[in-house]
Amino acid sequence: MAMLEVTGLGISFGGLRAVDDLSMKIEKGGLVGLIGPNGAGKTTAFNMLTGVYRPTDGGIRLDGENLVGKKPYEINRMGVARTFQNIRLFPKLSVLDNVKAGLNNQVTYSLAESMLHLGSYRRKEKEMDEKALDILKVFELDQDADTTLASNLPYGKQRKLEIARALATNPKLLLLDEPAAGMNPNETEELMATIRLVREKYGVTILLIEHDMKLVQGICEYLYVLNFGKLLAEGTPKEVLNNPVVVKAYLGE
Amino acid sequence: MKSIKTLFAGKKRDTVISFGIVILAFIIVQIMVATGNISSSLKGQLVPICAYVVMAVSLNFTVGILGELSLGHAGFMSVGAFAGIVATTSLADTIPFAPLRLAIAMVIGGICAAIAGVIIGIPVLRLKGDYLAIVTLAFGEIIKNIVNVLYIGQDGKGLHFSLLEQGFELEEGGKMIINGPMGVSGVAKISTFTSGVVLILITLFIILNLINSRTGRAVMAVRDNRIAAESIGIPVTRCRLLAFVISAAFAGMAGTLYAMNYSTVTATKFDFNTSILVLVFVVLGGLGNIWGSIIAAALLTILPELLRAMNDYRMLIYAILLIAMMIFNNSGIKTRLLEKRAAKKAQKAETAGKEGA
Amino acid sequence: MTFLSYLISGISLGSVYAIIALGYTMVYGIAKMLNFAHGDIIMVGGYISFCTTSYLGLSPFISVIFAIIVCTALGVLTEKLAYKPLRSAPSLAVLITAIGVSYFLQNAALLIWGSSPKTFTSVVGSWSVKLFGEQLTISGTALVTVLACFVIMAALTLFTSKTKMGTAMRAVSEDKGAAQLMGINVNTTISVTFAIGSGLAAIAGVLLCSAYPTLMPTTGSMPGIKAFTAAVFGGIGSIPGAMLGGILLGIIEIFAKAYISTQLSDAVVFAVLIVVLIVKPDGLLGKHVNEKV
Repeated sequence: MAMLEVTGLGISFGGLRAVDDLSMKIEKGGLVGLIGPNGAGKTTAFNMLTGVYRPTDGGIRLDGENLVGKKPYEINRMGVARTFQNIRLFPKLSVLDNVKAGLNNQVTYSLAESMLHLGSYRRKEKEMDEKALDILKVFELDQDADTTLASNLPYGKQRKLEIARALATNPKLLLLDEPAAGMNPNETEELMATIRLVREKYGVTILLIEHDMKLVQGICEYLYVLNFGKLLAEGTPKEVLNNPVVVKAYLGE
Repeated sequence: MKSIKTLFAGKKRDTVISFGIVILAFIIVQIMVATGNISSSLKGQLVPICAYVVMAVSLNFTVGILGELSLGHAGFMSVGAFAGIVATTSLADTIPFAPLRLAIAMVIGGICAAIAGVIIGIPVLRLKGDYLAIVTLAFGEIIKNIVNVLYIGQDGKGLHFSLLEQGFELEEGGKMIINGPMGVSGVAKISTFTSGVVLILITLFIILNLINSRTGRAVMAVRDNRIAAESIGIPVTRCRLLAFVISAAFAGMAGTLYAMNYSTVTATKFDFNTSILVLVFVVLGGLGNIWGSIIAAALLTILPELLRAMNDYRMLIYAILLIAMMIFNNSGIKTRLLEKRAAKKAQKAETAGKEGA
Repeated sequence: MTFLSYLISGISLGSVYAIIALGYTMVYGIAKMLNFAHGDIIMVGGYISFCTTSYLGLSPFISVIFAIIVCTALGVLTEKLAYKPLRSAPSLAVLITAIGVSYFLQNAALLIWGSSPKTFTSVVGSWSVKLFGEQLTISGTALVTVLACFVIMAALTLFTSKTKMGTAMRAVSEDKGAAQLMGINVNTTISVTFAIGSGLAAIAGVLLCSAYPTLMPTTGSMPGIKAFTAAVFGGIGSIPGAMLGGILLGIIEIFAKAYISTQLSDAVVFAVLIVVLIVKPDGLLGKHVNEKV
């Protein structure tokens, strides 16, 4: 059984059919890309997978469990984490605290312990610090993590921090929305290496939206192509990118 | 980079400064009282100052940490005040030891305010921004109006309640506790400066601990980006309600402290103007800056007293100072001055370096 | 008949709220600030009209013109001195400054006119219209108030939709930066908005005091808060919304006073506001803006 099974997924906003009859199957450990021209409905699909939008039709199952109708925070607890196209960090929290916020459900202690700093508070906070720094190290963000505000990081590092924060929630499935947007070729190269490393180190399945074809070809094993909300093609990067229908959708007639 | 570092050496530093200010102020005031160097008007302000400090810290938790503007915080103070009065009056015979009675009254006041916080928070927190603010204002006014027509009396059979008019007869020996628009009179004044300082310290301990904990981090994450917070598994609604209720509970305790300092209390004491007054403390002290709130609350409560010599003009001057401070803090005058100073310093260092060479 | 007369006094009070709310809503729409000093401009308008008629012996009509001129100048002046330096400051800082301005105006009025209430004589005069064989009396003040409210609302709607300045206002309220890039003078536009809002507040002040003749330095605060509530109720930023919100609020208030309890009428008004906002979080006629993810 595939880890993520999406069947006939669709959503309408008023009269607009933003996504229609989208079906995907992603195996555990896979690294899959979701591509398509601007406005094809990729981010809308992500928003349905993570509970931000409720689909009007179709089903989403993660390891056999239904995700439709669940709240975003419940879906995260079931094992789906994501990043956002327009970066959404916690700007007034430190880099470390951004990741520790992600650990909120991984390392827990009670409200009373929060108020009084008694019991397991110290031990649990230390555990959080260690876990958070471990993750930050992978992204080379561990330097001054406790004293740098997230909003003061340069753009590229902010994108990485978002991935780190998502990983902190210990997901089975990680959704990356245009992770390389706004990066220069060197940074993209570096990001590709990091994504591969993350998959190996954390054993996480990855689905990513991306426009950078070099990145998509470089790391994705399988691609889904969306156009006008509909699935246009799927297959290995080589198959898909040589598919005349896909080329037409991207370049026009 | 350095300014950020000092800001964040911060987490512990804020705690130290906050407690330091309160303890130092307590010692100074005690010395002033012991040596008789304190004016009677200032002495009368000591408990209200403590109550306002707790209010400011509590409101800062809502505005600075939770990130929602509340214009009705005095409503919770009111609930705490009147619940506390009912508690102390009805417990007067059972618990003769005043400090214990006050403590129990504060807990009851806090719990009642927290319940009000839940009732108000559930609808209010569904709204956003200015809409949320206006609804807190509305709730504050509703609480004031309801307390204004509340009648509570006590006799051998226990407590009696009614709304709008006194709908009960008291047995002989019974007494009215809350008498509608006339409010409460003849309350035993059991709040003291020391009890006020103890309440401040407890408030600081819990609020600062919360901010530096898993719960506080979740609340601040929600403040900074609600959608992102939800995407990492934080139940946003529950989190916001929790912060709002905690804030309300402390406002309630501040209300009890405040009410027990006066022999007569009416509902109109806790109106929109009181909510605004506390909001001014919070904004001037700095959003999210707990020790800033403490200092602003204390100074601005004393300020009209200090301006008493100006007599009729004091509130006018207070208003002008308020506007001037807001403009100074926010219009770039301050940043320009700071930049100039930094530039001067750098220049000095440079010339000193040249001389050294 | 009593029901009808309550309804009429409700609409009349509501018209005053509506005029104040129109000012609130315009200023909010453009400057994105809750101008808590707006209510105190009403009070100033009342005092100016009172002084010109009682001390200078001028006719009521001229006194209204006087009040409008003074309040307009006052509105523009406070905007220039207190709010303009804070154009890029956080909205909470502007809010507190507005509260400072409100304190200032109230205490200045206290110093100039004293704390004892002045008895205001209606600028409309004491005539009234009797209907249904003298069973229903409508005061001249009520009639003029409602009429003024509709005229103002129509004029404002025309102004914002047809004139160049009105278009500039709508542009600034949508996007200040883009408006500036299109060559709109944002500062002038904001000044004009404050001028109109404050002029309306003066009219509202005179009409309010004509109907409820006690004039004190704090006269404006509660109507100010209620008018603000009315603006939110109708959907803040919307001109018909402010009008609808104001009139509904006035009717609810008078009915609550008549049929529920005088002391709880404010509580009822605010409770209705809360219910409306919970059902329609953007007010009755407000625009809903979804956050894009």
